[in-house]
Amino acid sequence: MPGARRGNPVAAPSGPRALSFDQRLAAGLFVLLALLPLLSRGIASSYLLLVGERLVIFAIAALSLELLIGAGGLVSFGHAAFLGIGAYAAGIVASHGHGSLAIALPAALAASAAFALMTGAIAVRTRGVYFIMITLAFAQMAFFIATSLAPYGGDDGLTWPTRTQVLGRPILKDQLTFFYVCLTLLIATYLGVGRLIASRFGRVLRGLKDNETRMQAIGFRPYFYRLTAYVIAGTLCGLAGFLLGNQAEFVSPAYMHWQRSGELIIMVLLGGTGTLYGPMLGALALLLLEEALSRLTEHWKVMLGPALVLIALFASGGIAGAIAAWRRRRRTPARLAHTLPRVARHLFGVGLKASRCWRREGRRLLLRPAHRLRRGAQAARAACEPAKTALGRALEALPPLAERAVKTTVVRWWRR
Amino acid sequence: MKRAVLKLQGVSKSFGALRVAEAIGLEVLAGETHAIIGPNGAGKTSLINQISGTLAPDAGRIVFEGRDVTQMSIAARAQLGFARSFQITQILPHFSALENVSLAVQARSGSSFRFWQAAASEAALNRAAVHWLDSVELAARADTLAGALSHGEKRRLELAIALAQAPKLLLLDEPMAGAGSEETRRLVATLKSLKGRYTMLLVEHDMQAVFALADRISVLVAGRIIASGEPPAVRANPAVRAAYLGEAT
Repeated sequence: MPGARRGNPVAAPSGPRALSFDQRLAAGLFVLLALLPLLSRGIASSYLLLVGERLVIFAIAALSLELLIGAGGLVSFGHAAFLGIGAYAAGIVASHGHGSLAIALPAALAASAAFALMTGAIAVRTRGVYFIMITLAFAQMAFFIATSLAPYGGDDGLTWPTRTQVLGRPILKDQLTFFYVCLTLLIATYLGVGRLIASRFGRVLRGLKDNETRMQAIGFRPYFYRLTAYVIAGTLCGLAGFLLGNQAEFVSPAYMHWQRSGELIIMVLLGGTGTLYGPMLGALALLLLEEALSRLTEHWKVMLGPALVLIALFASGGIAGAIAAWRRRRRTPARLAHTLPRVARHLFGVGLKASRCWRREGRRLLLRPAHRLRRGAQAARAACEPAKTALGRALEALPPLAERAVKTTVVRWWRR
Repeated sequence: MKRAVLKLQGVSKSFGALRVAEAIGLEVLAGETHAIIGPNGAGKTSLINQISGTLAPDAGRIVFEGRDVTQMSIAARAQLGFARSFQITQILPHFSALENVSLAVQARSGSSFRFWQAAASEAALNRAAVHWLDSVELAARADTLAGALSHGEKRRLELAIALAQAPKLLLLDEPMAGAGSEETRRLVATLKSLKGRYTMLLVEHDMQAVFALADRISVLVAGRIIASGEPPAVRANPAVRAAYLGEAT
């Protein structure tokens, strides 16, 4: 219930307000992210920071898509186009020697906004499956245009001459600075999208999702509200693309591939639409899952797929839905006390098995393809059993699981 | 003579071979409660839909306060002062009752392209919304999700939404449909309290309610208006008796 879950709209006390549960959760997430560099300094590795940057950037993209899906009911299957357009626009102006913030960033935002306006003008006339198809079609168009941009790398992509310069200085080159710039922009996006959804405009958008007939009957023209939302979301995603391009100092057509768009939708749905922390958690979960699974085996997609199916089956509200369900039941601490150790044990089991398997077979897996396949399947099967039970438990107590997951990840990185 | 708020001239509509409106002429005068009655399938809801803009007529003109609105969208007509209730209630189920009404107030007060201030804490909107909820005796349910209201409450909420639009013309499509006798009594009382203050076009099956409320009645049979006038005259009209009331009484 999207309208309902966004806090209590009626009781609107004036003056300073206590943070809602959702907001506290988001704040906790930001604090955790902000502490990430400390950790990476500890193990003297910039890798963790790179992963962190990706998490933050994709969280921005997921938030922008949530504005469309959660508030507007517009499931865009072409949202990754804006990632590419933002990165290409900034990259192209940089390749002509205009790599300063004052030019590259506005170029990225303007290009995304323009593309959103042009394609949205047609796309938001449709609803449901047609909207999905038409956004997909436009994104594919952008994709193929990018592959044919011969002066800018074509298929191979475009290497930026440099990261965006701030006041003529390569400030963003410093990883730590770049990370905190991304994080600041994520927090700003979170706050901005939150205000937007609660505003008059956002209320109309949510109303249109809830009952278009009623909204028309009281005098709202759906088209302009939806188009505006589409342009705002596209521009925000363009910002994420700008950051992504900066991180890699590179952009390729793959940024706009439809699989990327699908991943963005998965992030939003996995995290749970209707809240703002949901899509952010979804982005984190999906990227970390990819990261962790791809460490276990290169056939990680075989495991990711079923995991997503299971989540779709057992937690249709996504992570946010599971958290809400857990909160409704949290007055039974006995249950939690019962669940927690089991989740921990199972998770530990999965981790242990996987790492053992990798240690034992890792080298051979890389060398012998046939062997690799068989072993891969075995590893997947071996990991699957405890994973299934663990998932079942996890859904009952996701927050402790999240905590545990963070710990395991940290431990693993530590050991590396 | 009172001026006509709404004028229909030669409005015709057919779905394939089925003619739901045949050269309908109708005038709704300022401040009157005009009821449209007729047997099932006579084209009453189609007529309301054409007036509100959901359906485009094949021919004819719909004139509202001297302006031809035939080609206007639903939303544009609503901005001019049309407000309607639906045969099947149309509310925003995931919004509170208060927000349902508050959105209608918002639609008529200032731009909705405002992106920063929280709409739910706009005191002016909420005050007006509470007022309209109170006028249909729903103030106590303001914080309830509209989807969780009882059927009769939803009906009254829809009425509150329509009133909050500051309408110049209220189109009520079977407001009593599906309501229990207690709810019907309550709705009739509410509508009576609105009578004279609003111009209302009412489609209704409940004859008792119609004769209790209407200043004038038009009888629609198979897409034609066969009689129009004050209730006693319509009641006495032999054609009406034959076509419609005869079956009912």
